Amino acid sequence: MNPVLHVSNLSIAFDIKGRSTTVVDEVGLYINAGETLALVGESGCGKSVTALALMGLIESPGRVNGGSVKLQDQELINLPESALQDIRGKSIGMIFQEPMVALNPLFTVGDQIGEVLLRHTSLSRDAVQRKCLELLDQVGIPDPARRINQYPHEMSGGMKQRVMIAMAIACEPMLLIADEPTTALDVTVQAQILGLIDQLQKDMNIAVLLITHNLGIVAQHADRVTVMYAGRIAESASVHDLFADPHHPYTQGLLKSIPRNGETGARLYSIDGAVPSPDQFPAGCRFSNRCPLVLEQCRESVPTMTQRQTSHYAACWQD
Amino acid sequence: MAYSATTLDQTNSTIAPPDSPARQAWRILKQDRLASAGLIILAVLILIAIAGKWLTDTQTGFDPATVRLVDKLRPPMASISDLVPTEERPALGFYLLGTDDLGRDVFSRMLQGSVVSLTIGFVAVGIATVLGIFFGALAGYYGDKRLGFISVDNLIMRFTDVMLCFPTFFLILTAVALLPPSIYNIMAIIGLTSWMGTARFVRAEFLSLREQDFVEAARALGLPAWRVLFIHMLPNAMAPVLVSATIGVASAILTESALSFLGFGVQPPDATWGNILSDGKSYIFDAPWLFFFPGFAIVIVVLAFNLLGEGLREALNPKLRSR
Repeated sequence: MNPVLHVSNLSIAFDIKGRSTTVVDEVGLYINAGETLALVGESGCGKSVTALALMGLIESPGRVNGGSVKLQDQELINLPESALQDIRGKSIGMIFQEPMVALNPLFTVGDQIGEVLLRHTSLSRDAVQRKCLELLDQVGIPDPARRINQYPHEMSGGMKQRVMIAMAIACEPMLLIADEPTTALDVTVQAQILGLIDQLQKDMNIAVLLITHNLGIVAQHADRVTVMYAGRIAESASVHDLFADPHHPYTQGLLKSIPRNGETGARLYSIDGAVPSPDQFPAGCRFSNRCPLVLEQCRESVPTMTQRQTSHYAACWQD
Repeated sequence: MAYSATTLDQTNSTIAPPDSPARQAWRILKQDRLASAGLIILAVLILIAIAGKWLTDTQTGFDPATVRLVDKLRPPMASISDLVPTEERPALGFYLLGTDDLGRDVFSRMLQGSVVSLTIGFVAVGIATVLGIFFGALAGYYGDKRLGFISVDNLIMRFTDVMLCFPTFFLILTAVALLPPSIYNIMAIIGLTSWMGTARFVRAEFLSLREQDFVEAARALGLPAWRVLFIHMLPNAMAPVLVSATIGVASAILTESALSFLGFGVQPPDATWGNILSDGKSYIFDAPWLFFFPGFAIVIVVLAFNLLGEGLREALNPKLRSR
């Protein structure tokens, strides 16, 4: 079976003041139907830009420099804008980081969910209204008949995120992109929202791209993980393999930095240094200036992705 | 425990969801006495203008062009001379606001003028607002897109700057002198020369709205660009547009009056407040009512629009809402 989403060698560059800076470099990933892939990395490592590129929403001064994005064998790179508009919202749904600002403050939530349906389906206005109520019910909003006519400011953050999810799944997409869907919510609501996404995924057999920097969320909600560092993929594996046996020193560092129960008094581990800015990436492996296991080779040539176990890949010169 | 019931009631009312932005603005506007006064004056004026349009068009008793030379330059409230034939007598039975140098009833002429002034104000501002929104929205949203050597933003905003460099009133005078004088030309010219302010701040609003997540979200839903621009972004940029349009009406009415006063505006025998004022200037000591009434009307309308505009500015500005 072909994967729902297959990205290969995707590169994205930003042209600023006549200089071109590559922020996403040769990224590859795939997601099968009904599977959750977590894309993990620090702020600024290119996670969100990658997500936007999947929908063809990279704006000047950024541009996609090469590579391919295939949604069920349909190539999305270089597709004309009108064709992309038919795919956005219909085949690919997206949930944003901050529900407080991702809904238009001047329209009722019913209008906003209905707008997607009117755009992508041929339902009548009455049918759209019924479908909206159904969707609100599906995402767990109590009393949908009253909520449908409310404005975003009358709802709590978690409720707004549920509305965002309702909009994203309104047209039963193949792929759902969740860009840090719970960063702006408090912890109990986080669990509910992620549980809701899991539930909907099971019901509708959607492929989910879960972008996050919270490894706890990854462990609970993802099937596979792709770790990004400074615009490149560092390691890609199933959740179990990655947590049990990380191969890339960056992943090892990340896992060591998680605070654990029962380890009181000891200083929390952290990776030395900071992520360099995109115009100062080191040659060779981009992690080489912070890596505890750095070799001479690392500073000179870019490590290639090599297979370590069945479906476990890492880009590192170390074995 | 005696207080518990009442406190509960009060907490309930504060927990109730806040008003929608529009209702909140309306409440603040109602509390502003000056703005309410402006709003009421304008409502009355619009009613007078509508009534005036009907009366002066259909009723001979309110015909603003009837010449009665026996009754020229009569003061306000003066009675009608017996020599005026029955069919030429004003319907009120006396000259409410006096007569001018040709014996025309100033009250009827003021009624006709109110229609012209308000129409010119609204239509000219309508043209200016539509143009301003169009240019401003394009410049703000498509700012970085390049057309050859120049970006869209640069092209539109430099054109706006060029338009702003002209001394507007003299530009209008020149255009009016070249075109045949008619009320439609005046509206068009005032509109075409006053959109620049609107364009500038609509651009500013769009520059900040463009970076908002809900705009990104609208695009991620596959909505076409025009829908994102005009359905999702524009309503969020309307507050300052509304304020400047309100104040713009006042300045358009002033411009029309000034043009008519100079003889470049609406041509006789059609009356506007400006040309009644202009006719009256030769009799300023003999018949002061001829310039007093139109001048007073202009001051009142402009004041009312400005008060309403200031009130709207406060009501629609969330930063001033803390009171």
